[in-house]
Amino acid sequence: MLATDTPLRQHELDRHLVWIGFRQMVPIAVFVMVFGAAFGLAAMQSGLDPAWIVIMSTLVFAGAAQFATLDLWGAQVPMLALALTVFAINARHLLMGATLYPWLRPLPLARRYGVMVVASDANWALAMQAFGRGEPGLGVLLGGGLALWLFWVLGTWLGTQVGDLIADGRRWGLDMVMGCFLLAMVVGGQKNLRMLLIWLVAAGASLLAYRYLPENSHVVVGALAGGLLGMTWTEQSHER
Amino acid sequence: MSVETQGWGPLLIIALMAVVTLATRWGGVFVMSFVPIGHRTRQFIAAMSGSVLVALLAPLAVQGDGGARLALATTAVVMLVLKKPLPAIAAGILAAAVFRQLSV
Repeated sequence: MLATDTPLRQHELDRHLVWIGFRQMVPIAVFVMVFGAAFGLAAMQSGLDPAWIVIMSTLVFAGAAQFATLDLWGAQVPMLALALTVFAINARHLLMGATLYPWLRPLPLARRYGVMVVASDANWALAMQAFGRGEPGLGVLLGGGLALWLFWVLGTWLGTQVGDLIADGRRWGLDMVMGCFLLAMVVGGQKNLRMLLIWLVAAGASLLAYRYLPENSHVVVGALAGGLLGMTWTEQSHER
Repeated sequence: MSVETQGWGPLLIIALMAVVTLATRWGGVFVMSFVPIGHRTRQFIAAMSGSVLVALLAPLAVQGDGGARLALATTAVVMLVLKKPLPAIAAGILAAAVFRQLSV
């Protein structure tokens, strides 16, 4: 998924690219709105006030972590358990940031970290795909991220109002949207024997961690296992 | 330490969640700014970027119900054939929906 040449103009970022990225993400963001609604509904059922639910989606913008913390919600919330849960589930952001770094490096600091505020699975995957094709990808990272954020917050609000409408979303396969999207990104990426073996190792490590290691560690363990194999078993470098 | 969920408590809880999440979004970039980007680093990053997704999906494929597995398999096949994400995702969701409607 990564061009081996030094990125030249791929770190370009202007209004036009951001708007294109926004529009490119809207079809996926519509599904994210349904997730948001599911979260809004679940949070209501966990006893949160609608205003706090919408504020949480606005400020946190991390679906899986938000869902997970609902289990901790009661008359009191244990802060250490909360922080650890959120960190473990969102630790994949660390890896995403690291993979984006070669293209973020040319940006001034404020922009570099500003773009990352809306980094999430879907816009990261599309950005990496664009970089892999040698195209600019920061537009879809920022624009797509803004689309996801907007629809996530909107969906959350809808869920607190009319959540009952989507209570049965699982029966319509709506829980599979993000899984299918991310898989499509994997399949659409670089494919060769080396990459397939790396993915096998990543999948195996992830499953082992899922079974035997603490909850939510599997993504980081699997990704690092794949990354380390890729680093030891390097491709022939084609320096030009 | 625990925080009450009455009054302004939720704001503190949400603020902690937001700060931790932002730290994960910024942390990877921050750490990489100290790492020299050579051939090996690039290879690590390239291998890891696909592996993140695979590691995320593996338990879903193995532990998920028949609908989840059928959805992923359908998405993979359609993506390999058409090489277009949106039809592949739509076909996957449709497969899960049909499977779950039929198997009650």
